[in-house]
This record gives sequence, structure tokens and C-alpha cells, in this order.
Amino acid sequence: MTTVAVKPATMAQALTRALRDAMAADPAVHVLGEDVGTLGGVFRVTDGLAKEFGEDRCTDTPLAEAGILGTAVGMAMYGLRPVVEMQFDAFAYPAFEQLISHVSRMRNRTRGTMPLPITVRVPYGGGIGGVEHHSDSSEAYYMATPGLHVVTPATVADAYGMLREAIASDDPVVFLEPKRLYWSKDSWNPEEPSTVEPIGRASVRRTGRSATLITYGPSVPVCLEAAEAARAEGWDLEVVDLRSLVPFDDETVCASVRRTGRAVVVHESGGFGGPGGEIAARVTERCFHHLEAPVLRVAGFDIPYPPPMLERHHLPGVDRILDAVARLQWEAEG
Amino acid sequence: MTVMEQRGAYKPSPPPAWQPRTDPAPLLPDSEPHRVLGTEAAAKADPALLRTLYTQLVRGRRYNAQATALTKQGRLAVYPSSTGQEACEVAAALALEERDWLFPSYRDTLAAVARGVDPVETLTLLRGDWHTGYDPYEHRVAPLSTPLATQLPHAVGLAHAARLKGDDVVALAMVGDGGTSEGDFHEALNFAAVWQAPVVFLVQNNGFAISVPLAKQTAAPSLAHKAVGYGMPGRLVDGNDAAAVHEVLTDAVRRAREGGGPTLVEAITYRLDAHTNADDATRYRGADEVDAWRDHDPILLLERELTERGLIDEDAVEAARQDAEAFAAALRERMNQDPVLDPMDLFTDVYAEPTPQLREQRAQLRAELEAEQEGAHG
Repeated sequence: MTTVAVKPATMAQALTRALRDAMAADPAVHVLGEDVGTLGGVFRVTDGLAKEFGEDRCTDTPLAEAGILGTAVGMAMYGLRPVVEMQFDAFAYPAFEQLISHVSRMRNRTRGTMPLPITVRVPYGGGIGGVEHHSDSSEAYYMATPGLHVVTPATVADAYGMLREAIASDDPVVFLEPKRLYWSKDSWNPEEPSTVEPIGRASVRRTGRSATLITYGPSVPVCLEAAEAARAEGWDLEVVDLRSLVPFDDETVCASVRRTGRAVVVHESGGFGGPGGEIAARVTERCFHHLEAPVLRVAGFDIPYPPPMLERHHLPGVDRILDAVARLQWEAEG
Repeated sequence: MTVMEQRGAYKPSPPPAWQPRTDPAPLLPDSEPHRVLGTEAAAKADPALLRTLYTQLVRGRRYNAQATALTKQGRLAVYPSSTGQEACEVAAALALEERDWLFPSYRDTLAAVARGVDPVETLTLLRGDWHTGYDPYEHRVAPLSTPLATQLPHAVGLAHAARLKGDDVVALAMVGDGGTSEGDFHEALNFAAVWQAPVVFLVQNNGFAISVPLAKQTAAPSLAHKAVGYGMPGRLVDGNDAAAVHEVLTDAVRRAREGGGPTLVEAITYRLDAHTNADDATRYRGADEVDAWRDHDPILLLERELTERGLIDEDAVEAARQDAEAFAAALRERMNQDPVLDPMDLFTDVYAEPTPQLREQRAQLRAELEAEQEGAHG
């Protein structure tokens, strides 16, 4: 029996490995996007793929996102399994018509005869000092589009396992990569992907009894940090990493809230019309009699993403999360 | 050496990275639309092909009339007619081999029918019982696309994928003059040329995008000229000359199949009917203009050619008419049956497996339907 060394790896490296393994396992898997070939992508996630599999399998396309996703639709129609890279969150917007009018609904409009197994990788979110149009949290737009799966990993192991699962899915998956976590490291054993929960299941990252922080993607480490800091206040916080926004794991989320009786939803995306509103409504509809306080939201402000020198005021941080936890009507217990 | 000292030796030269690219001259369309009927070239046309085109055009005209009539009887929600454009519709279908793919726009139901798709299944989108009523893989016809030009990059991707797999499959994508203003038109042509994908783009320039004339759509010398900017040939053809459209498309398909890359074909035609049954064309064009095009009707042009050359007689004309009537009668009869609807289909095929949220909503609808049933019987 061989022992596989468990080494620290970055999320970016895990994503690269996932693409490489998927391409090696299935010749139908094709990667396409801007700068994904020779350069290996601006975040180097496709590093080495063109060299290993050839430029027909990992293709530098013209600089046109609607064209990239639109041609991926045609490739999927002919039996390929395209993995499209959108260079940045805000650069994915030109592809919206293809995504919404065709990718998300082709299975439905053709009564299941023409499914489109396309993975759309989108680096998203702020916190990296990016200039304008490089830090958007666009998940609410995708969540509002029926027919898409919308997922986002927060750990290195999830990055690998979830990307493999997304590529293997017969449905289109918007795979949101928290770019702030690309360089986060974790001990990870690529030979044991089965330790990862399937897409559609949330994961309790930290157990606690006082309140539940419901979060995903780049805000997961922030919430874990907040939970550690909360111990000084006497709060034992549970942290639920959603992993998958569509489908949504009501079961895991509600089980946690029923245990703790209090919940705060945390995300970078704006609060108004953002994912938190949907999540708070779902929790309230299902757990009303278990709640000791209204479900609160800690979200980005409802402003265009700020310039990088001001972004720390915008992003949900430990203090803002703890302030929200403090407002969960603890006095009623006393 | 300072710049001043270099002065004497200075010779102008192009920037170091610059290299001459493709010679644009061979890509340019001819100054006149290509024509066959009524010219010397018609003598070389295959009589059997001309007769087939004629039968199909007559049937197509009758199909358009029948579908428009079905809107008046409430059997179709809306119908965008291709009356006057039958030569393009039919020639596009006939130019392809069975293994090839057709990517129609919403006005191209006739092309789908001419390729063999069941006309009732083609019309489900416009009847409103399901968006795509046919299996796209059965006749290799992509779903009818209502969002303009978005089907063009699909055609490029499919043709590119086929080429990567080593299959000699060609995709023919149809779009109107208005669609050429969309970004997806530009991106599709650019990708096709860069990848040398085996695609043929057929633009039916029927003069209007609903009410907006071509002059307000583009300042290009012709729509075919747009090809040159992408590095592919542009061809201009009389879109009402079925033999010419068939010849130009067949050439472009052959060229694509042989690895020669994509072609943009602009067919000059005219929409004799309004945009749809819900449109009033008298608000944006005069009767004189329409009458001038009626004299250049695709069926008339072909019938004259066939008659003058003795390739059809009155009996053949009557046979074509009867074939079209039988086709329309069968369509009418089938369209007069109410479609069978199952509301639970709403939740089928949204995803491969319904999400927990959709399972809940499906249960809700089922309960509503059961309550409705009980109410009806109780």
C-alpha cells in the first residue's frame, strides 16, 4: 500500500490539477479563453495545459467573451465538454446573452435532447487591490438564471473536487473562483477527492452553539476568523460554507440554524437584491419557530465596487460580522 | 551617436512588427449580385435540380400562406413569414449534405422544413406549446433562434468541434440584415475566420429589420463586404434566383468542407409580407416598392426559365400546385388538433436532475392541479 504525501498546495494549483486530470481522463474536455494557452491564464490556472494537451485542447481565443461562450455552445452541441475561462468577473458580462438565452435553457427548450455540459470559470470578488472592473461579486445575476448551477469553493480540496464534478456535470455550471483565495494554502491530498462533499451540499466548517454564520467563497475564511474572535465575547459561532448557491442546501443550513437559533448571512455581494436576501427568506420560512432573532445580513454596500484604496471599508470584515452577531437580541436570553 | 548625427543615415521603414497580411482583392464580392436564371449560365444548370427547386419553392410559398392563415384562426401565436424569400430558404437546405448542420433564425422555419423537419414540430415555438418541438439531432437543425445572431457563434463552435474530431461536417448559419448589426455576428465571423472553421454564413438581406431599412442599419458598401474585414470571402447573390443561391451556397459549402474556411454570402431578397402577422408594413414602405419586387418573385423567375427552356409544361405546374395544396391541407389538419399539454413538463429538463427547490415547486403545482381536478368534479 502506497502512502501519498499530503503537501500544502494553493487553490490555484488545485484548480490546475483538476483541469489537467479532467483533460487526461476525457478527450472531450476542451479549455478555451483569453490568454489560457501560452501564458497559462492571467492567474496561471491553465498553466502547462496547452503544452501538455496541445493548442486544440487548450485554446487562446480572440478577445470576445460572447464569442468564447457562444462557440463553446456549438462545441458542446457536437459532444465536447468545454471549460471556458472568463478572465475577470466584470469581463464576463458580454457573455451574458449567450449564458442566459442559450446556455442556461438549451436543455429545457429542447426537451432534454440537447444538454450543454459547459463549465464557465469566473474569477470573482475583491480584496486583491484590483482596479475598477476587476473585483465584482456577480453571483446574484447567475443565481437568478434558472438552468445554471452556481458553485464556489472556499478550500483547496473543494477547488479540486468541485471543479472535477462541474466538468463532469451534464448541466452548465458557473464555477466562481474566489480570486482572493487563489494563493491560499492548505494540506491537500489530490488522490482522495472523495473526501469532498458533492455539489449541492453545504459544509459545516466550524461547529458552534450560539449562532450560525452562513457564507461562501471568499467570505468563508473571514467568518472563521470572526468565529475565533467571537470566543472572547463568549459566543460560540457555527460557520456554514454553502459551496453551492444553486442548488441550495436548505437541509444543512436549516439544521444548523435550528440548533443555534440565530443566523447571519455574510457575503461580499451587495445586500440589496443579493444572495443574502434569498437565504434569509428561506431560513425564516423554514426555521421561524427556532429563531431567537431576525436573520441579519452582512454584505457589501450597495455601491459600485470601490477603488482598491477604499475597498477594505466595503468588504465584510471581522468587526462588521461581530457587530451583527451582537445585534442578535441576546438580551432576551438574560 | 546622437539623433542629430544620425540624421543623414535615416531611412523611413515600416514598424518592426508590421507584416503584410492577406491580400483583400480576392475576398471582395463582385459588384453585381450573382445571377443564373435568365442568363447564359442557366443552360449549364441541372434540369432536375431546377425542377426540385421549383416544386419546393411552390410548396414553401403555400406553407407560408398556410402558416399565416393559422395565426388568423388562433392556431399560431405569431408567424414571421418568409414569403418572397423562399429561394434562400429552400436553397440553404438543399445545399447541405445529410451530415451537415443548419442553424436557422426565427424566420427560417421553411429552411428547417425543407431539410426534413416535421412542419408541425417546427411550428411549436410559434404555436406556443414548446420552444423547440423537434429533436435537433434528428435532422441536424439547431433550435430556431429568436435572439438575433446568437446562433452564429454556435454554428462556428459546432463546425470547429467537428473539424477537431476529424469529421467533414459543414455548418450553415442563417441571419437577416438586421442581425448583422449585432455583436454576435461580428464575433462569430471573427472566430470562424481565425479558426478557419467550416461554416457558411447566409445573410438574407430582405431590406428591413421589422421597419428599419438597410440604410439605417449599415454604412458598409454591401453586407458581403463585411467579410473582407474578417479575412474571408464575401459573395453577393440575387436571393430571388434559386439557381444562383443554390450555386453560391453549394460552392461555399464545398470550399468549407475542403478546408478552405468560412464564407459570407449576402443574398439580396425581399420580404413580401409584413414582419409578422402582427406587423403593419404600410407604415414603413410603399405599394410601388412591393410591386417592383413582385415582378422579381423567386417562383416567377424560376417558372419563366423552366417554361422557356421547355423543362416544365402546364401539367408540371399543376402537379407542383397540387403537391403544395396537399402539403398545406395535411399541415392544416394536424395544426387544427389541440396540442397535448402536460403542466408537469415545466419541471422536466431544467436540469439533468431537478434541484431540491424544483422538486418542492413541482409538488406545489401537482397539488394545485389535483385541487383543480377535485374542484371540477366536486
